[in-house]
Amino acid sequence: MDQFVPVRRSKDGQPVRYLIVDDSVFARKNLARIIESFGGQVAGEAGDGLAAIAEYTRTSPDIVLMDITMPQMEGIEAAEKIVQQHPEARIVMVSSVGYQENIVAALQRGARHFVQKPVKPEVLYEVIKYVLGDDGAVTNAAGAGA
Amino acid sequence: MKMELIQPFINAADAVLAPGLKSPMFVGHLSMEEEAYRRKGVAALVWLTGDIEGRIIFDLDSATAGRVASRFAGSELPESDGLVPEAVCELANQVIGNAVATLNDQGFHFRVHPPALLTSEHGSRSTEDTEAMVLCFETASGNIFMNIALRYKVQQAKAVAK
Repeated sequence: MDQFVPVRRSKDGQPVRYLIVDDSVFARKNLARIIESFGGQVAGEAGDGLAAIAEYTRTSPDIVLMDITMPQMEGIEAAEKIVQQHPEARIVMVSSVGYQENIVAALQRGARHFVQKPVKPEVLYEVIKYVLGDDGAVTNAAGAGA
Repeated sequence: MKMELIQPFINAADAVLAPGLKSPMFVGHLSMEEEAYRRKGVAALVWLTGDIEGRIIFDLDSATAGRVASRFAGSELPESDGLVPEAVCELANQVIGNAVATLNDQGFHFRVHPPALLTSEHGSRSTEDTEAMVLCFETASGNIFMNIALRYKVQQAKAVAK
């Protein structure tokens, strides 16, 4: 897999911490591999929307990567509930069901962006930088950008 | 089953499988399933509900499933690895999700349910209103089959007939 120039948190130069939410273990492993290539760190994982809400509170991640189609509670509903409790939450929907209706619903209910599966690492990398905005810094040196 | 329902699945399979396997994919045999469904190896089942209803089975023999999962995982996975069926389910989710996104943007509204690993050896026969079509995608890693049994719901069928 390609390596990217690491994206770190501007405030302390630490790796960006991600919560990965997907009912597929395989998809979670693939996403973990991709974010590690961005210099990121997996703060937690969840297999459905309900677990995602609890994991968000427990781990306070910088970014959530959230699937849509999941058992128990789907991703859009979980995103809405997380944003209601934590308005600062940055949630990126990562799903194969990227039709307009779903994308609009996700954005209206609090998601910051949408990435279509299969995930192209270079696309997700750009989305992460965009969503982090000034809170993210692209740097080769650990601790730089703090 | 109308071709307008099938084409998005062919396009989605190409969009997901070819880059993931890093080799071209060809649509091989296309046939209507005459007999009851018989599982070939590792199979994932996805239900759709809404304007179009039915089920899709994504099916690979065990050796092909191991090779395909390894390609998508980026590392060699033995056929017996627990991640292999997980990979098949996720690929089914991606192919079907992409096809559904196209169909949804064309005005069909439905819901995709999460994929489930199919463990039974056999399935029910096609019925008059739910014919099953089997698509075979030929890849360098082996053949990947999609068994699609969908039907328009009554209201939609009426609208189409008008």
